[in-house]
Amino acid sequence: MGAEPALRDRFERGLEAPICLTWELTYACNLACTHCLSSSGRRDPRELSTLEAKALIDEIAAMQVFYINIGGGEPMMRRDFFEIVEHAVERKVGVKFSTNGTRIDTVAARRLASIDYLDIQVSIDGVDAKTSDQIRGEGSYDAAIRAMENLRAANFGPFKISVVMTRQNIEQLDQFEALAREFGAELRLTRLRPSGRGADVWESLHPSLEQNRRLYRWLLERPNVLTGDSFFHLSALGDPLDGLNLCGAGRVVCLIDPVGDVYACPFVIHEQFLAGNVREAGFSDVWRNSELFRSLREPGSGGACTSCGSYDACRGGCMAAKFFTGLEVSDPDPECVFGHGESALAAKVAAVRPSPSPDHSRRVGVVITSKR
Amino acid sequence: MPGDGGDTSRPLRLNAKVSLRDEAFGALAYHHDTRRLVFLKSRPLVELVRRLEEYGSGFEAINALVRPEEHAIYARALESLSRSEIVCGR
Repeated sequence: MGAEPALRDRFERGLEAPICLTWELTYACNLACTHCLSSSGRRDPRELSTLEAKALIDEIAAMQVFYINIGGGEPMMRRDFFEIVEHAVERKVGVKFSTNGTRIDTVAARRLASIDYLDIQVSIDGVDAKTSDQIRGEGSYDAAIRAMENLRAANFGPFKISVVMTRQNIEQLDQFEALAREFGAELRLTRLRPSGRGADVWESLHPSLEQNRRLYRWLLERPNVLTGDSFFHLSALGDPLDGLNLCGAGRVVCLIDPVGDVYACPFVIHEQFLAGNVREAGFSDVWRNSELFRSLREPGSGGACTSCGSYDACRGGCMAAKFFTGLEVSDPDPECVFGHGESALAAKVAAVRPSPSPDHSRRVGVVITSKR
Repeated sequence: MPGDGGDTSRPLRLNAKVSLRDEAFGALAYHHDTRRLVFLKSRPLVELVRRLEEYGSGFEAINALVRPEEHAIYARALESLSRSEIVCGR
């Protein structure tokens, strides 16, 4: 679904409603992944109640948001998880939800398989337990594989295997593809962002320039591998990757967090990108009228990237990646394929990197238990 | 239309599996089964799609609603929407 330039310009000026939005259902999580975008762990006592969640879905349905990406935290930690999902699909709001799989036993798998308009993304971050558990915690890989086995046994159909690309697992691309094939699953690769707890590990885990170039070529040859438009900064290398190829923050997407705060995108849970709260004026008012979103929809300048011949391809890259590495929005993406981001970062040795807010990380270690 | 299985010569309608949302540039159409997002890039095309059921065929709808010099463009657009199952036979 490539968008031609004129249409992309329209998208950058914002839409009547998001194409999709990400809704983190809870900050509670039974894992403690090192790169968690939302610094999840502990439930927040102010999280939306079941009634509030359903009212929000009604509003989203009225706005004709086509689908919602449900995440967390681990969304299945909420006792009303199925109630919320079923409320959405009954109102023709499609649901794609991300899970670590620990709660998908045989019973849950059968119930998930019975719901139309539901897509599941099971996360692993390596093709073997050693690589994946380094990021997601001991036992997490086996739990995810068990979830996939349960989904297959329940005839769920093609679920998605979701992987955040790191310096280590980017060497396993072909094996991920084989694993997905084995499960009749789709492969979904996304970009490691320096957001949430990811800020602490980004420097050591983000792919090298050479790895990113390889990833770009690998993806170009495989239009069926899903990316959620994650790697549009790599489109500067030549032909655009499949997707809208633009920063959708506050324009075509946004994030609603567990307490109803609306942020510009899933990767900028930080007060500087907070547009409002659904409990006050409602979500549609935040989407249409928040000052932050209005400013994000104004035509911006390319900043340092304006003179680069590839600016039209990558649009300067990801706002969140810049922000959390201490760069300005007018700077190149820290992973600019021509190395301009690295130079910009090197020139800012003294820059203060913003710390993520809020932080719901647990203060004690995590023990993974999952049942078959 | 030649070469395309006469898609637009059938009685057509907006697929019930599709959500169609107006936007300043036209509309966005999302197919809930295929999970594909499709862009309708002009207002007249959106009106054509919404009013297909008033006419005996896609062809007739184009004749009634579109200026003659644009018939070919809208026929191609409608064929494309038919291939992606945004519109379907009725």
